[in-house]
Amino acid sequence: MSEKSKEVAKQSGPYSDHEYDAGLRVIHADAVADPGIEPHRVRMTDKSPKHEKNAVRQVAALFTLSMLGSALALYAYFAFPISEDLTTVRLNTLFLGVGITLGLLGIGIGAVHWAKTLMPDNEVSEERHLTRGSDEKRAAAIEIINLANQESGFSRRKLIRRTLYGSLALFPLPGIILFADLGPNLGDKLRHTAWKQGTRLTKDPYGSPIKASEVTIGSVFHVIPEGLMPGEENYLEEKAKAAVLLVRVDPDELIETEERASWSYQGIVAYSKICTHVGCPVALYEQHTHHLLCPCHQSTFDLVDGCKVIFGPASRPLPQLPIAVDAEGYLIAQSDFHEPVGPSFWDRSVQQ
Amino acid sequence: MSNTPSTQKKNGFLAGTANYVDERVGVGGILKEFGRKIFPDHWSFMLGEVALYSFLVLLLSGTFLTFFFQPSMTDVVYDGVYAPLKGAHMSIAYASSLDITFEVRGGLLMRQVHHWSALLFVAAAGLHMLRVFFTGAFRKPREINWVVGFVLFVLGMAAGFTGYSLPDDLLSGNGLRIIDGMIKGVPFIGTGISSLLFGGEFPGHAIVGRLYSLHIMLIPALILVFLAVHLFMLVIHKHTHYSGPGRKDTNVVGYPLMPVYVAKAGGFFFIVFGVIMLIATFFTINPIWNYGGYDPSPVSAGTQPDWYIGWLDGALRLAPTGIEFMIGDYTVSTNILLPLVVSLVFLALVAIYPFVENWVTGDKREHHVLDRPRNAPVRTAIGASGVTFYAVLWAGASTDLIATNFKMSLNQVLLTMQISLIILPIVAFLVTKRVCLSLQRKDREIAIHGRESGRIVRLPHGEYIEVHEPLDPHDLYKLVDFKDYKPTLARPNAQGKITVAARVRSALSKFYFEDRIAPATQTEIDEAKHHAHEIEAEVQKAIESSK
Repeated sequence: MSEKSKEVAKQSGPYSDHEYDAGLRVIHADAVADPGIEPHRVRMTDKSPKHEKNAVRQVAALFTLSMLGSALALYAYFAFPISEDLTTVRLNTLFLGVGITLGLLGIGIGAVHWAKTLMPDNEVSEERHLTRGSDEKRAAAIEIINLANQESGFSRRKLIRRTLYGSLALFPLPGIILFADLGPNLGDKLRHTAWKQGTRLTKDPYGSPIKASEVTIGSVFHVIPEGLMPGEENYLEEKAKAAVLLVRVDPDELIETEERASWSYQGIVAYSKICTHVGCPVALYEQHTHHLLCPCHQSTFDLVDGCKVIFGPASRPLPQLPIAVDAEGYLIAQSDFHEPVGPSFWDRSVQQ
Repeated sequence: MSNTPSTQKKNGFLAGTANYVDERVGVGGILKEFGRKIFPDHWSFMLGEVALYSFLVLLLSGTFLTFFFQPSMTDVVYDGVYAPLKGAHMSIAYASSLDITFEVRGGLLMRQVHHWSALLFVAAAGLHMLRVFFTGAFRKPREINWVVGFVLFVLGMAAGFTGYSLPDDLLSGNGLRIIDGMIKGVPFIGTGISSLLFGGEFPGHAIVGRLYSLHIMLIPALILVFLAVHLFMLVIHKHTHYSGPGRKDTNVVGYPLMPVYVAKAGGFFFIVFGVIMLIATFFTINPIWNYGGYDPSPVSAGTQPDWYIGWLDGALRLAPTGIEFMIGDYTVSTNILLPLVVSLVFLALVAIYPFVENWVTGDKREHHVLDRPRNAPVRTAIGASGVTFYAVLWAGASTDLIATNFKMSLNQVLLTMQISLIILPIVAFLVTKRVCLSLQRKDREIAIHGRESGRIVRLPHGEYIEVHEPLDPHDLYKLVDFKDYKPTLARPNAQGKITVAARVRSALSKFYFEDRIAPATQTEIDEAKHHAHEIEAEVQKAIESSK
């Protein structure tokens, strides 16, 4: 900043901000002079008593409207009770809401109208002071801190100071450790589901078993393991892992690895319904493309090709549930899933 | 506030009460200090007010809801008035939400008031932040208050999300499922944190109660504390004002608190409350009865989070396919971590921006006169770029709806979004900067040559000119009063070394101020005037001679 511009800055009044560096700012010596606040424009309500009177009436009318609105709300509370008939909920909400709205808006608009038309609208200028305290105040503050330091010996007594730091650092730890009981160690829970060898595949949510013959080509079943009933302890936790989507496709269309050739039954395949991205249910099946789509983030899986990810943010195929048919023709699981279902986690592939 | 018995009688009950209060709490001093405090007037200053008032509405409506809501995940069989769900298993939390809706008079209205005001709260806070950013209101001495406001915005999102999850309906449960999936994706600690949060496996029986504690106690308490600090600093700094005649860094121009601002701001509270009530009366929000209680198996297509969570959901969707990888036996969920890191970096950049700009300009003075956005072209362009980035992420949360409503391929919509996320912020930056510079040039032109009068004159030698009229000095001042910066070179320090920091600062200063339009000075205006007088004289002469 040039000497000249510093000079200009200094002339700008008793304010001492110019002592601070203005950095890269260019302060023009021949800047246009400030003409000062614009002259006040007189409003109609200032010069015409008729307009003033009108404004007073309008404000009073708005406040009156507010009173009527509040009265309406009180009336509506009793006049529109709610019952088994759901249209009563609508009427109750409507009239109560309209009444309260008028009660509020009447006051609000009235007050603002009052301020804008009848209260003085002369702009006033008030001086600002630097946010920092004056030099005397700062000196006094420093004095107090020094005195406190002297009297307590905070800087002098190193032993006290260091042990104080130590104790302050340690005291929150018990408070933090108390939170460890918020949740148990999950152990291997994330690796196992309610599926076991021989568990029947049943329809979600009623739990009726499914015969292989019921599953026609192109049909989709939302499946849960047999015995999982609403209302039971851990029903949702188990369902959140065990939900399965069952689809039958033309067996010729299935692309199966050797290892998994025995996991399907005559074109019927069962895959975990829990998305490998963040765990939404992959509930949408597009019949003619054999694609499974997760409605949350649009990860798309190719059902006939091992449910590999073909689109979207997911990275892993949906785990497959190996299935077979029991003596009565009902679909059963050969075993649990061979890998953890649902979203990825750090040690999901670690053998335990 | 006189305290002699005689004046008390004369002025009646009001003065008596005032005297009583003053003698006990010393309110007279406070009123004397603040009663005539000046507040500048501008519509954009109301955005923060809207946020504040919607928060008050949230407290009022929320308190009402706590009297009826039961944050328990214990399983019950629904036996309320809503026929489609009769006999269904659900949590007590969901059942009590249904009861508030269908069995408490005004219950549905209050739920909707609460939800709408939450949406408005975050929206108003966001717009307020943008106003502060684009006008440079975050500059010294207000940098810390910017950070406080930023924390409030994040707390607002947290309050919103915890509230959204409480009814334990299908949508809120799915929202939590996504959170659980994201947490599990964090290396080392993910599964542990998930268990601590949910009290075991997802969904467990604890989460609603825990979120309830956060939602009705911890988060609102934090918001109140930060709001108090925010407003306390506002009083200390006094409000900024827009540049204009008579507005300086050393004064504040506006209307006194009493009576004008008490009436305007007080009235405005009722208007905000009234408008929320109006919306809540006529527009359904979050019809929790539609989808039933939470069940991990079904989900409805096309569901959307509340708007302020959209950008995070969009970030999740835009992650490229198949970027998860393994280190040995360990899974690194890059598809979760990348969006997470991008969002956090974005937030961090927002939080630290004032300090960056201050470091670049090196301007250590106090700034109380706001910039018009055009007068800080690069800052405005950075802001536009950030808004665009956020907007693309936000739109990314609706890829499926865009694809189905506009009959487009979902894959292509997503790919377009992914490319847009990188390209559009750059385009927005360049376009905005150019627009700002052009507007500045236009301002300068008008300041120097005056306003086009529309009067075309033919000079004797055949030239046509348009006569320009000089501006009113007040109008002129609005065009020329802004802070002008120029780039700096990297200079050696006391040891004669050019530090890396100096080089970076020099480069950034070039980035900020290389293209710069200086404000018109008095000298330039006088010269132009002189020139105009010459033309005017020539015109006059021509008129004379033609007579």
